[in-house]
Amino acid sequence: MEMKPLTRVILGLVCLLVAIWLVAPTLVVVPMSFNENKSLAFPPQGFSWQWYQNFFTNPDWTSSFLNSLKVASIVAVLATVLGTLAAFGLDRMRARPANVLRMLMLTPMVVPGVVLAIGIYAVYLDAHLVGTLTGFVLAHTILALPFVLIAVSANLEVFDKRLETAAASLGAGALTTFRTVTLPLILPGMLSGLLFAFATSFDEIVVSLFITNPYLKTLPVQIFSSITRDADPTVAAVGTILLCATTLLIGGGMLLLGRERKGRP
Amino acid sequence: MSALEPTTPSVPKRAGWAWRPFALTLPALLLLVAVIGYPLFTIVLRSLSEPQWGAQNYVWFFGTPVNLTVLQRTFVISAWVTLVCVVCAYPYAYLMTAVGPRVRLALVLCVLIPFWVSGVVRTLSWVILLQDSGVINSVLRSVGLDGVRLIRTQTGVVIGMAQVLLPFMILPLYSVMRGIDLRLMRAAQSLGARPFRAFFTVYLPLSLPGVYAGAIIVFILALGFYITPALLGGPRSTMLSTLVQTQVLSLLQWGRGGAMGVVLLVTTFVLLALAAPVMRSRHREAGRR
Repeated sequence: MEMKPLTRVILGLVCLLVAIWLVAPTLVVVPMSFNENKSLAFPPQGFSWQWYQNFFTNPDWTSSFLNSLKVASIVAVLATVLGTLAAFGLDRMRARPANVLRMLMLTPMVVPGVVLAIGIYAVYLDAHLVGTLTGFVLAHTILALPFVLIAVSANLEVFDKRLETAAASLGAGALTTFRTVTLPLILPGMLSGLLFAFATSFDEIVVSLFITNPYLKTLPVQIFSSITRDADPTVAAVGTILLCATTLLIGGGMLLLGRERKGRP
Repeated sequence: MSALEPTTPSVPKRAGWAWRPFALTLPALLLLVAVIGYPLFTIVLRSLSEPQWGAQNYVWFFGTPVNLTVLQRTFVISAWVTLVCVVCAYPYAYLMTAVGPRVRLALVLCVLIPFWVSGVVRTLSWVILLQDSGVINSVLRSVGLDGVRLIRTQTGVVIGMAQVLLPFMILPLYSVMRGIDLRLMRAAQSLGARPFRAFFTVYLPLSLPGVYAGAIIVFILALGFYITPALLGGPRSTMLSTLVQTQVLSLLQWGRGGAMGVVLLVTTFVLLALAAPVMRSRHREAGRR
């Protein structure tokens, strides 16, 4: 569409501002993490590594970090298995019941966090699951399930079922068909589901805040309580580490994907 | 090549796990019932039964001015956040459709980067930026605007929430705008419409489904926001979620907290139900295209 130069410039400027608004706040933790003083006032003073040191040596931080890794890893596997099974089931069902069940399984995405949190907290109090690994894994798995379901379903939608029939007609058993035909074709969906599930659990805060106790804290809970308690720049160091880790992961993934695509004819 | 010999009868049976698809969804469904269904049922039950059976908690909720103020404020803040998101996302999504692939990739990355960063950390950034000694206040002071308070105000909450929710507005908007045939605009202009008129009579109506979809998602998510108002807000910007948390964790009033939660839940589902026809018609249109 033809645009006047002036319109073009204004549009560009507005979008630049929006882009800065989207990205800049996430980067502000980087300078804060090298602050010399124990304060979150901007601009930071001096330079020091002490907050990184604190993160890696203070048991409050290390244990919550390890807890988050543990919970998120289990959740990623569990949610991927359950979500993939469910996606298969829904794909092979008649449309009407499949739609109802799919909507039900997506509800965790729209139920307000606090409502879910008090509900789960009430049930966990009775079941003695507050502050337990099982409790965290169950709650996070159901929150991560929709993402796996969406990712795998999208893959199944473009999946040509005649390939399975072909494999079966050539004498492959159900398991062989699944292993050699179906699985490789839906693997990308499963992997992105796995990644989403891990991220969902690693980042979950609202439900976690309710079902946590002093014996089992996850990293977001520790960050939240640190922010509300005092101005400890260790949170900025954690934020920076997480930012670098995700950037490396995603950047690496994109590079791998790009190379793979280029490698193909 | 013995594998090529057909060992099954000429009518190939469907792949083995095709039987009983319902069984495959069962584990997920059971977990759903146990960890979502049962807890929500418990909350509804408690809102009606504690301390004794009846609608007392709902009578209390709708009969206490403070609660109504907070309910109203929750809607107002969510509406502001939605408005800010629409205004910022519309030109942004439009630009995404109008530029070359390289710039588009950069624009997409700017939308996705906030997703990479932990939600709590993002709110922490806003605490740093908006605090009284923060960057934004220093800038404002240097241009002579002294004493502007951002943290612990509604403005601060809206700024922080809108930034977190903006991607949920941009992405559906972009997916709708991408499907709009730009030749229609050229046709309108060749028939004598000024660019502005062409935009308002042709482009804007065609992009409205995207605006609706994004606005509904943002508004619903904003209604239930908890972390951002808790960290950026003050007593005069409390939202419903914080009130629920106070009733349950601090006052141990499960009945009252539950009633508030049910109000929030019902509001969310009513809005979703209202939005469903709009979304569905959009789906059908997309299918026809």
